[in-house]
Amino acid sequence: MRFVDEYRDSEKARALAASIASLCEPGRHYKFMEVCGGHTHTIYKHGLEDYLPESISLVHGPGCPVCVIPMGRVDDAIHIASQPEVILTSFGDMMRVPGGRGSFFDAKAAGADIRMVYSPLDALKIAERNPSRRVVFMGIGFETTAPSTAMTVLRARAAGITNFSVFCNHVTILPAIKAILDSPDLRLDGFLGPGHVSTVIGCRPYSFITGDYGKPLVVAGFEPLDLLQAVHMLLTQLASGRSEVENQYGRVVPWEGNTKALEAIAKTMELRPYFEWRGLGFISHSALRLRDEYADFDAERIFDIPGGRVADPKACQCGEVLKGVLKPWECKVFGTACTPETPIGTCMVSSEGACAAYYNFGRFTRERVKEATR
Amino acid sequence: MCLAIPGEIVEIMPDRPLAKVDVTGVRRAVNIGLLDGERLAPGDWVLIHVGFAMSKIDEAEAQATLTMLQGIGDAYDDEIDALRESRID
Repeated sequence: MRFVDEYRDSEKARALAASIASLCEPGRHYKFMEVCGGHTHTIYKHGLEDYLPESISLVHGPGCPVCVIPMGRVDDAIHIASQPEVILTSFGDMMRVPGGRGSFFDAKAAGADIRMVYSPLDALKIAERNPSRRVVFMGIGFETTAPSTAMTVLRARAAGITNFSVFCNHVTILPAIKAILDSPDLRLDGFLGPGHVSTVIGCRPYSFITGDYGKPLVVAGFEPLDLLQAVHMLLTQLASGRSEVENQYGRVVPWEGNTKALEAIAKTMELRPYFEWRGLGFISHSALRLRDEYADFDAERIFDIPGGRVADPKACQCGEVLKGVLKPWECKVFGTACTPETPIGTCMVSSEGACAAYYNFGRFTRERVKEATR
Repeated sequence: MCLAIPGEIVEIMPDRPLAKVDVTGVRRAVNIGLLDGERLAPGDWVLIHVGFAMSKIDEAEAQATLTMLQGIGDAYDDEIDALRESRID
């Protein structure tokens, strides 16, 4: 366990916490957004907010790819799955996400051939083994998974596989951050940048946040001490009037990202003019689709997609949670009508959703919330 | 799906951009085409996203990440279960 102790040492955490407190300007309140769902997880699991002075709030961002898929796209995928000879393949995380007419699990129970896969390469394998079927892969995720879909399309082309296509729902993180910065609902002081997305895109693309918007951003790792150190780096920047992109997670994230992965995305995919995000609405240039050169692998061009828009359930406040305006426990249905077993909103479905993270680690049970707000 | 899991390379497959990795005892092939520039060898650790090695990491980082992942419970177990079903070749 010696490796772990290096990152988990509570002595170090306390020392860092004291140093963080000393950097805070008296009377000033700080709001930092952690963009990535993995960070949200660490924050709740380890109760990191308990280490921070009350003048610092950590606000959860939209970095849970399952959470931001709008209900209409789930319905579209189920429509594809109901077409003749189709096998729809999907990551397990998507299976319970509710659409307007139920989830993938519901559609599967009703007879659709929907299969969970670990990797798009497994979906391609299913296509190879079932030449008389049409195999569609539900591509979801940020820049962490988009390269895998891109590489799989390239492999399908190279191998001459013609019964494989992608229903592309890949989204890009930067336009979502920009939308949040442009939103009047929330005033932020800085960002904890996503660790794994940054292994792909690198650190340079965040410079518009530090330049145009003047907000510091520190790419952070996933250990408790990583996040505390990143908060410390943000405060140090603010105290000295700087707003720069810094990399706390340099042991994993190269400044330039993974150029091979970026090349694979650029070769096969292009930005859509706009895409709907659950809770955030339409955001321009925020999602990827396959390029014309790969149209024969694009499920949206192969199948007739209804493309309907489905409003989120009225009781659900995922949108406010995804924008960081509400804490999960401030949602009216959190922990009562909406639980991981019977989710109403996507933030409760995915284990990386802010609501599920709160719920599972029980830091704020409904009772404690009531006490706290009494 | 969004979790990056660390795996130790046990074998580089000949003629294909694949490596057999060990992820807490589960041995499966993953694609290493996105790490073309790296000299990978058995014993090296990589972070894996949905069947693709995305970055090379050192052992200390791998162990720390594994411990963190094991601490989060279901999501990690689901990912390992999914990996177990994977048949990339």
